[in-house]
Amino acid sequence: MLKYYLQLGLRRLRRNPVLTALMVMAIGFGVASSMTTYTVLRAMSGDPIPWKSDKLFFPQIDAWGPDSRRNGTEPRAAMTYVDAVSMMRDHRAHLQTALYPIAPTVHSDDATQKSRTAPGQAVYSEFFPMLDVPFLYGGGWTAADDEQHAKVAVITKSLNQRLFKGENSVGRSIQLDSHSYRVSGVLDDWHPQPKFYDLATTDAFGPADQVFLPFTTATDAQLATKSGFMCVQLPDPGYAAMLSSSCVWIGYMVELGSPSEVSAYRAYLDGYAHDQQASGRFGWAPNNRLSDLPAWLDFWQVVPSQTKISFVVALCLLLVCMVNTVGLLLAKFLRRSGEIGVRRALGASRLAIAAQFGVEAGTIGAAGGLFGLMLTWAGIQAMHGLLPRQIAALAHIDPLLLWQTLLLAVVATVLAGLYPIWRAMYVRPSLQLKED
Amino acid sequence: MSIHPILSALRRHKTGTTLIALQIALTLAIVCNALFIIRTQFEQMGRPTGLDEHHLLMVATTQSGINSSTDAGKATLDASIKADLTALRQLPDVVDAYETHSLPLSGSPWGLGIRMVPSGSYGSHTTYFHADEHTLTTLGLRLVAGRNFRSDEIGEDDNFGVLQPAVIIVSMHLADNLFPHGDALGKQIYFTSATKPSTIVGIVERMQTSSVRSSTDNRTWDSTLVPMRLVTPSRYYVVRTKPGRLAAAMQSVPAALYAQDPQRVIPDGSEGDEVGVRSFAQIRAEAYQGDRTLAILMGVISSILLAVTGCGIAGLSSFWVGQRRRQIGVRRALGATRRDIIRYFLVENALISATGVIVGVLLAFGFSGWLMGQFELARLSPVYVLIGAVTLVLLSQGAALAPALRAARIAPVEAMRSS
Repeated sequence: MLKYYLQLGLRRLRRNPVLTALMVMAIGFGVASSMTTYTVLRAMSGDPIPWKSDKLFFPQIDAWGPDSRRNGTEPRAAMTYVDAVSMMRDHRAHLQTALYPIAPTVHSDDATQKSRTAPGQAVYSEFFPMLDVPFLYGGGWTAADDEQHAKVAVITKSLNQRLFKGENSVGRSIQLDSHSYRVSGVLDDWHPQPKFYDLATTDAFGPADQVFLPFTTATDAQLATKSGFMCVQLPDPGYAAMLSSSCVWIGYMVELGSPSEVSAYRAYLDGYAHDQQASGRFGWAPNNRLSDLPAWLDFWQVVPSQTKISFVVALCLLLVCMVNTVGLLLAKFLRRSGEIGVRRALGASRLAIAAQFGVEAGTIGAAGGLFGLMLTWAGIQAMHGLLPRQIAALAHIDPLLLWQTLLLAVVATVLAGLYPIWRAMYVRPSLQLKED
Repeated sequence: MSIHPILSALRRHKTGTTLIALQIALTLAIVCNALFIIRTQFEQMGRPTGLDEHHLLMVATTQSGINSSTDAGKATLDASIKADLTALRQLPDVVDAYETHSLPLSGSPWGLGIRMVPSGSYGSHTTYFHADEHTLTTLGLRLVAGRNFRSDEIGEDDNFGVLQPAVIIVSMHLADNLFPHGDALGKQIYFTSATKPSTIVGIVERMQTSSVRSSTDNRTWDSTLVPMRLVTPSRYYVVRTKPGRLAAAMQSVPAALYAQDPQRVIPDGSEGDEVGVRSFAQIRAEAYQGDRTLAILMGVISSILLAVTGCGIAGLSSFWVGQRRRQIGVRRALGATRRDIIRYFLVENALISATGVIVGVLLAFGFSGWLMGQFELARLSPVYVLIGAVTLVLLSQGAALAPALRAARIAPVEAMRSS
C-alpha cells in the first residue's frame, strides 16, 4: 500500500509542478541555511576532548584583589608565576600542569630553508597523559626531566617532517633560538579545536602548536609568553622580576576524577589562598574558581555572538519556510477534495487518507532535503571564503551532516504537513460528491 | 467598491489567510532585524581609524639568538633596529617607516592605566603604541595640537618594567576624556605604576586602538603614542609606500630586511603560520571578517526569505483564483469589469498583508529585544521596521498581481461550466 501511495505521491508531484517546485525550494533553502550556519556553529562549539571534558578543571586564584575583579566579582583567568609554581609543587591533583604559550625560532640545518617561528607551549610532563596526546614516536618527558630542567622537547609530526623528513627523530637534537634540545617524542596529528588548554591567555582558534618544552626549562631560557600578559602593578625590569611579579600570564589545568576529588581540590585552593592571606601576600579573603572544561569554554564565549546570531536567524528562515509549506500543502491537498471524497466514499479510512498524504509530504521533504543538501554544500563552500582560515578548516560536510540535513528536511516537511493532512482526513465525502 | 464582501470571503478562508499573514509577520520581523544588523555591521566597518590607510603595510619579524636581557644583547638589538629602519627608509618604494608592536585594528592591544597623581586608583585606560618621530608621517595621523616627538626624545623599552616616558602624544578622544575642558596639551598624567609623570605634547585628531572587539565601550578611540623603540627580538615595522608602490613594497620590504639579517624570521603564511607582511587593507579585512560575514549572511538570508514569502503568496493566491473561477465568472457575467476583478484580489491581498505587517511590527520589536538580551545588539531603529513593512506590502502586492491578472482573464462563460 505504501508503495502505491509513493507512486501516487510521485505522480502528484508531477501533476502540480509549480506548487511542488515552490515547496521543494522553500524546504531546500530553509534547511540549507540552517545547516550551513549550524556547521559553522558546530565546528566552533565542539567538545575538543569529549571523553574526559568533565574531568578536566581550570582553577583560578584571585591574585589581584577586589579592585581588579571582572564585573566586581570574577578573578583573573590566568595565574601568576608564583601561584602556578607553588601549586605545581603542592601537586594535589591526580594530574596537573601549568602552561604558557611560547614561540621559539626553529633553525634548520638545511641552509636553503628560512628560519621559522614555531608556536608552542611550555608545559609540565603531565600535560601529555592528561590530554591523551597521541604520539607517533617516543613519548613525553618524565617528571624527573621537569625537576632537572632537562633540555628536552616534544615536536609535532609537521615539524618533524620539516626538520627530519618524517624519520623517527627521538633522541636527536633540535635547535630552538640559541639552545639545543633532545627530542623525546613526536606527536601524531593533534590539534584540538577550540584550543582549550591555553584559553586563559590565547584565542580559541589559533594555529596548531608545533613544539612543547618543559615549563622549567622554558623559564630557564627566559622564554617570554607570546600571548596575554596582564599586570596591575608593573614589575621592575628583568625576567626574574617578572617571574616574582603579580602579573598574570600562566594557564593551569588539573585532572580530577571524581566529585570528592573536586571538592578536595576546592578545599585545597581555598587553603592555599588562606595561607597567602595569612602570609600577607593577599590582602583579601579567598575568591577562587574551579571550572570544568564545558564551563570554561562557556566562560570564554569561544563561539562569537555573530555565529550564534547567524544560526538563530537561519532557524527563523526555516520556520518561515515551514509556514510557507503549510499553506502550499493545504492548497495542494484541498484542491483534491474531490479525489479524497471519492476515495472516502469507496471505503478508504481516514488513516488511509492520512497515510497517502503523509507519504506525499514526506516525498516533498525528501526532494527538498536533496535540494537542500546541494545548497548546503554550496553554502559551506561559500563560507570557506568568508571565515578565518582556522575555522574554515573545521567547517566541512561529513556523513553525519548529510543525514542530519535529509532528516531535518523530511521532519520539517512532515511537521508542516500535519495540519493539511488533518484537514484532508476530515474532508466530508458527501459534500464533495454532491458538488461534483 | 466595498470591503465588506472581501472580508466575508476571507472569513471562509481563515486558514489560508492566517498562514499568509503569519508568514508576512515573521518575514517582516526577521528581515528588518537582519537589515538593521547589516547596517550596524557596515557602520562598524566603515569607521575610519584616523590613519591614511592606503599606502601602509606592516611586517612582522623575529630575531632569535640574542639575549635581550643583557646590556650587550640590547645594544645588538638596538643597532639592528636602527639599521633595519635606515635600510627601509632608503628603499625606492618607501616614504617612511618606524618600529612598533601593533597598529590600529591589528590586534594584540597593550594597555595602561592612567591616573592624575602617582598613587590611588586608575580613572582611565589607554591602548598605547610604540612610536618615534617618524610615526606621524608614516601613519598620516593629523596633529591638531602641540608637536611631534623629537628624535632625542625616543627612549628604549625592553618590554619589562614600568613605562614612564617624559612626553606622549594622545588621541583627541583620550585628551577630552582626561581633560574635559579641552586643555589637555601640556598636562601631566601617570601611567600604571609610574612614579614620573608623562606630559602630553601633542594631540592627534583620531586614532583607533588595536583591539577590534571593543565596539561597545568607548575606549575604542583612547590611544597613546609613547616615544619608545621596542628593543625586543619580536617586533613590527610599519611602512608608508609611495603611491602605487604598495604591491612592489610587499616584496622589497621583506627582501631588504632579509638582506640585513638572513637568519631572521618573517612568517610567510604557509603551514598555518600567520602572514608576516600585510597591507593595511588586509589588516582591516581580517579585523572585520566576522562583521562582514555576518552582514553577508544576513543579506543572503533576507533575500531568500523575501523570495520564499513572495513565491508562497503567489502560490496561494493562484490557488484561490483557481478555486473561485466560477464565482469570478459569475461576477464577470453580472457586469464586473476586469479592473474590478484585479482590484478585488489586490485589496484582499492588501488586507491580509496589513494584518501581517501589524503583527510583524510587534514581532520585530520582540525579536530585537530578545537579540539585545542575548547578544548585546543595539535597539532596533523604527526606520528599519518601516522599510521592512513597505517592502513586504509591495512584495505581497507584486506577488498577488500575476494571479489577479489571470483571474481577470477568466471569461464570463466560466460561470456556466461545472467546477
